[in-house]
Amino acid sequence: MSSKQITGAEIFLECLKKEKVDTLFCYPGGVVLKIFDVLFDQKDIRCILPRHEQGGVHMADGYARSTGKTGVALVTSGPGATNVVTAIATAYMDSIPIVVFTGQVPTALIGNDAFQEADIIGITRPCTKYNILVKDVKDLAQCIKEAFYIASTGRPGPVLVDLPRDVVTNKAEFHYPDKIKLRSYNPTVTGNPRQIKQAADAIAAAKKPVVYIGGGVILSGAADEVRELAELTKIPVTHTLMGIGGFPGTHPLSLGMLGMHGTYYANMAIHNSDLIIAIGARFDDRVTGKVEGFAPDAKIIHIDVDPTSIRKNVRVDIPVVGDVKHVLVDLNKELRLVKEPWDAIRKSWLKQINEWREEHPLDYDHSEEVIKPQFVVEKLYEVTGGDAIIVTDVGQHQMWAAQFYKYDRPRMWLSSGGLGTMGYGLPAAMGAKVAHPDKEVFSISGDGSIQMNIQELGTAVENNIPVKVVILNNRYLGMVRQWQELFYAERYSSTDLGSTPDFVKLAEAYGAVGLRAEKPSEVLPVLKEAMKSKKPVFMDFVIDRYEKVFPMVPAGAAINEMIFGEEKKKVEKKLKAVK
Amino acid sequence: MKHIISVLVENKFGVLSRVSGLFSGRGFNIETISVGPTLDPTVSQMTIVTSGDERILEQIIKQLNKLIDVIKVADLAEKEFVEREMCLIKVNAPSEQRAEALRIADIFRARVVDSSQKSYTFQVTGDEKKLEAFIELLRPIGIKEIVRTGKVAITRE
Repeated sequence: MSSKQITGAEIFLECLKKEKVDTLFCYPGGVVLKIFDVLFDQKDIRCILPRHEQGGVHMADGYARSTGKTGVALVTSGPGATNVVTAIATAYMDSIPIVVFTGQVPTALIGNDAFQEADIIGITRPCTKYNILVKDVKDLAQCIKEAFYIASTGRPGPVLVDLPRDVVTNKAEFHYPDKIKLRSYNPTVTGNPRQIKQAADAIAAAKKPVVYIGGGVILSGAADEVRELAELTKIPVTHTLMGIGGFPGTHPLSLGMLGMHGTYYANMAIHNSDLIIAIGARFDDRVTGKVEGFAPDAKIIHIDVDPTSIRKNVRVDIPVVGDVKHVLVDLNKELRLVKEPWDAIRKSWLKQINEWREEHPLDYDHSEEVIKPQFVVEKLYEVTGGDAIIVTDVGQHQMWAAQFYKYDRPRMWLSSGGLGTMGYGLPAAMGAKVAHPDKEVFSISGDGSIQMNIQELGTAVENNIPVKVVILNNRYLGMVRQWQELFYAERYSSTDLGSTPDFVKLAEAYGAVGLRAEKPSEVLPVLKEAMKSKKPVFMDFVIDRYEKVFPMVPAGAAINEMIFGEEKKKVEKKLKAVK
Repeated sequence: MKHIISVLVENKFGVLSRVSGLFSGRGFNIETISVGPTLDPTVSQMTIVTSGDERILEQIIKQLNKLIDVIKVADLAEKEFVEREMCLIKVNAPSEQRAEALRIADIFRARVVDSSQKSYTFQVTGDEKKLEAFIELLRPIGIKEIVRTGKVAITRE
């Protein structure tokens, strides 16, 4: 029997192998040197050194979102640890399974304000699903097992494991538990059959139902079940920003995105519905608009693995707690027993929705002179055949990418929805590309966002991670500028970036490829050129500086009170009403 | 409306801070909180007195349940229960007031746990109303200091 004693660093590596980790995003430092020394000799795990710890954890996040597996990162104590807080909070808000290991000063020095000491357990307590300070090397394997288990089950989320230097250097026997059971953590998987029956009855009785899906559908792998539900009962489907790809964007029953920048027809359908079937979504304020005015006549069925999401923001008539996929399998079974003439029942409702669709389709003012950002996104869809993984930063470009590219499958769209982290795009795209070397990965970004983690281009070049970055460059912090134009009397305080760097030269300086398009006719050639490249590419699209994202639900308005680009007067009227 | 919530948690370091952080982070209110070990040394018991409408209370209970280290949450308002709180009260007791102080203490079955030439310290146990009444009666004598444990509560069989 093995009574062999190995160091904490070796135990760490063995645990990662047991968890089948193939990529580790890691930045070294004093207290974790022992681990890096162990990593130096092994071939099982690819180690990628980011240029900033935040970038490293966004990479782990992009890896996780694009694969469904748990992303893993390792950083040192103190500043290494505090640098990852934004990236952890990003994963937390979007329920992304990642495990982040941080170094810590030796246990004897904890609390002494030692060099590079930070109370990262205290700092990350509110933005992790769980965090663990390992105090003894004998507990290390158990703690790591718990971390991976908690991160990936129930409503997933980031878990942080803090590793003091002596825990990493001391020795213990290695035993990795096969299974784990925590008496205080038992996520509900199967939905209550009575609730599911009630939901089925409500669906059968509804005249104007809408399915509203969120990120939970992606996380649970329930896209097929959502499609079955929709096609069986002929109910139209709208999705949140996080739910993109949970139902095919090109499907005739798809209403596109709802909420602040959702489609007119999705918002009108929700507003006028008599039943909302919310699946893995949490009624975020960007979705509901003014809560008091939200879907006034609708009954609400809410299916979610996290009971706290239910009745947090809106009243719910039929709650179903459970894993979305499991619940939908049972619900669909129940619905197949209902012999309703679904087509006939739904006819007038779908007709009404199609009228809304024709009244205000998603559109923009086309131009021959200046590049419209929506045009770039449309052309990207054409060039990639809708088959690329699209990663975004945060701002106007994010909304255009959500509106004008059609996503037919889950995990093709990665975006920081909850926290809204500028600087997420490039590193997350790299994490996705590392996991999917054979897939095209495009990051759609703005000139503001890209500069928040632009240093990771160095990592991309060094590690041969050929991501393609579309920069929709208006030399503005465009979304904030849009709010200033509409709601702050065109007073553009601190939103004009003035001189942005020459992104082409910048890309070249890093050893990447830089391309630029200044006219609409140059858009397609640039995208095609980027597709051909085997290297990372920055594409600088010089776009209409004043283009805005429409439709838009102004803050404080109900979601049926949308404003549109083509109706300037209506905009002003609506604004007055809101004020 | 006031609620007493009984929470069983893993007896690990940092758990109290997870619970109190949850309350502060989500804008919930803690009136009193008391923590102690249970028969099982790996489990601690928290008794939290909080206030809020039905919706907030539902969130508090759900959010507590969601914390990884929380084993069980019970809203005692749904059951029959007994609540008690202990209070130590140091009062002025110069010679002319000593008898009066003791008389009041006797009515409330408070015990003298410390005495000096100028003061008494009483220990009193009871529900909130009893403690408040005792404190009010002692006030004219002159209260120097009050220390309260916060409520603990247990369900009735």
